[in-house]
Amino acid sequence: MFDFSVITQWIDQLLRGVMPDAAALVVECVLIGLALLLGYAVIALALIYVERKVCAWFQCRLGPNRVGPFGLLQSVADMIKMLIKEIIEIKHVDRFLFGLAPYIVIIASVAAFSCLPFAKGLQVLDFNVGIFFLVAVSSIGIVGILLAGWASNNKYSLIGAMRSGAQMISYELSIGLSILTMVVLSGTLQITELVEGQADGWFLFKGHLPALIAFVVYLVAGTAETNRGPFDLPEADSELTAGYHTEYSGMHFGFFYLAEYLNMFIVAGVAATLFLGGWMPLHVPGWEGFNEVMDYIPSLLWFLGKVGVMIFVIMWFKWTFPRLRIDQLLRLEWKYLLPINLLNLLLMVVVVVYKLHF
Amino acid sequence: MNISIQETVFFLLAAVIVVFSVLTVTTKRILRSATYLLFVLFATAGIYFQLDYSFLGAVQLTIYAGGIIILYVFSILLTNQQADEKLEKLRNSKVLAGAIAAVAGVGITLFLLLTHSFGPSRLEGGEVPVKVIGTALMGTDKYQYLLPFEVISILLLACIIGGIMIARKR
Repeated sequence: MFDFSVITQWIDQLLRGVMPDAAALVVECVLIGLALLLGYAVIALALIYVERKVCAWFQCRLGPNRVGPFGLLQSVADMIKMLIKEIIEIKHVDRFLFGLAPYIVIIASVAAFSCLPFAKGLQVLDFNVGIFFLVAVSSIGIVGILLAGWASNNKYSLIGAMRSGAQMISYELSIGLSILTMVVLSGTLQITELVEGQADGWFLFKGHLPALIAFVVYLVAGTAETNRGPFDLPEADSELTAGYHTEYSGMHFGFFYLAEYLNMFIVAGVAATLFLGGWMPLHVPGWEGFNEVMDYIPSLLWFLGKVGVMIFVIMWFKWTFPRLRIDQLLRLEWKYLLPINLLNLLLMVVVVVYKLHF
Repeated sequence: MNISIQETVFFLLAAVIVVFSVLTVTTKRILRSATYLLFVLFATAGIYFQLDYSFLGAVQLTIYAGGIIILYVFSILLTNQQADEKLEKLRNSKVLAGAIAAVAGVGITLFLLLTHSFGPSRLEGGEVPVKVIGTALMGTDKYQYLLPFEVISILLLACIIGGIMIARKR
C-alpha cells in the first residue's frame, strides 16, 4: 500500500536542504494551507455539480448538460460568476460583524476539513485528541451563523439563525455521543489510530449492533448538523427566503455556500472514518488473497469512494423526505435520538467490557 | 535577536489576547463584545495547543468558544430588545469603582507573576496521553479526581433543575 508520507517527507527534506529549519517550517505551513484551500475549493465545486446531477436524477430531469461535456464545467462557470459579483453593502447593519460572520463559518469548516485522513500518510492535523478536536472546531461555525443572522438586521435572517443555532446545538449532542460510542470501541481518539484499528475489519462490522445504531444516529444527526434537507428549516426558502444568508451577496454568500457543501463532505468523511474504515481497504480476517487484492486499490480511492457513497445517501435524504417542522425536529433529537444514543453508549460499553465484539 | 518560532507564536497569541480583551470591555455594542471575547478564547486555546496540551485546547474550544459564547449570543438575541443600541455613558462613581477594581487586579496579578516561581514552560516527554487524563479524572487514589468530578456533576444537575424551575414559572 502506497504511503503518502514518502512524498511529504521528501518535500520536507528538500526544503530543509536549501533553507534554515524555521524558514522551511513556515514555507511548509504556507504550502499545506494552499493545498488545503485548493482541495477545499475543488471538492466544493465537484459536490455542487454532483448535487445538481443527483437532484436531477431523483426528479427525472437531466441536470446541467450545456457547459462542457455532461455539464462538467457548470460549477466552474458558477464559481467565476460568484467571484466577480458585487458585494452589496447594506445600510443599518453592524459592518464588522456582517463581514466577519462568513469567515468564522469558513474557518471552522476548513479546520475540521484539515483533520480528515485522506489516505495513508496524507493527513494534516493528527492530535492525540484528533476526533474531539474535529468536533470542537466544527461547533464554532454556529457562532458565525448566529452572527450572520443578527448582523443582517432582517427578521427572516434572525429567525433562520436562531433555528439553525437551536438545531445545531441539539444535534451536536447526538453527533458527539455516537462518536463517543465508536471511541469506546476503538479505545483511542487519534484519527490515524482509529483508522489503523480497522485493519482487520471495519468498526461497523466489528461493533455489530451498537455500531449499527450509532451509524444510523450519526447519519441522521450529521444531516441535521449540516442544515440539509429534510432538516433545512433554517433556510427554508418558502418561509424564510434564504434564512441567515439572505442579505449576503457575491463571495460572502459564496463562503456560506462552500461551507455548507464542505460540511456535508466532512460529515461524510467522519462517517467513513469512524464506521467504514477511512482509507483502510476492506479486509476480511482469514482471506489472505482477498485482502492482498484489496490492498492494490490506492487508499485515496478507498477514502473518496466511501465518502462518495455517504454523500450520495445524504443527498438521497434531501431529495426524498419532506421538511420537518421546528418542534418535530427538536422532539426527534431530545425525545428519541438522545435517549437511544445514551442507551447505545451503555450497550457498547457492555459489549466492549465483555469482549462481545469481533 | 534570536527569537524562535515558538516564541514568535507565543507573542502573537499574547498580543491577540491583550488587544481583544481590552476591546471586549471598551466596545459599546454588546454583541461585538461577545465576538471579541470569542477571539480571546481562541487565542487562549492556541496557547494550550502551543504547550502541547491539545486535550485542554480542544476542551477550551468546545466548551468556551463553541458552548459559552453561543449561549451568550443566544441570550443576547433572546433577551435584549435593542441589541444594536449603544450603551449609555457610565456614571462617575461607577468609573471610579471600575478603576479601583482594575488597579487591584493589576496589583494582584503582578504580585503573583513576580513572586511565583514558574516550572518548565513545556511538558517533559511531549503530550499527555488521553488515557492518563481519563484515569486521573475517574480514579479514587491520591491525585485522582473522581470525588470532585461527581460533586461538580451534582452541582450542574442542581443548576439544570433550577433553570427549568425558573423557566417554567408563569
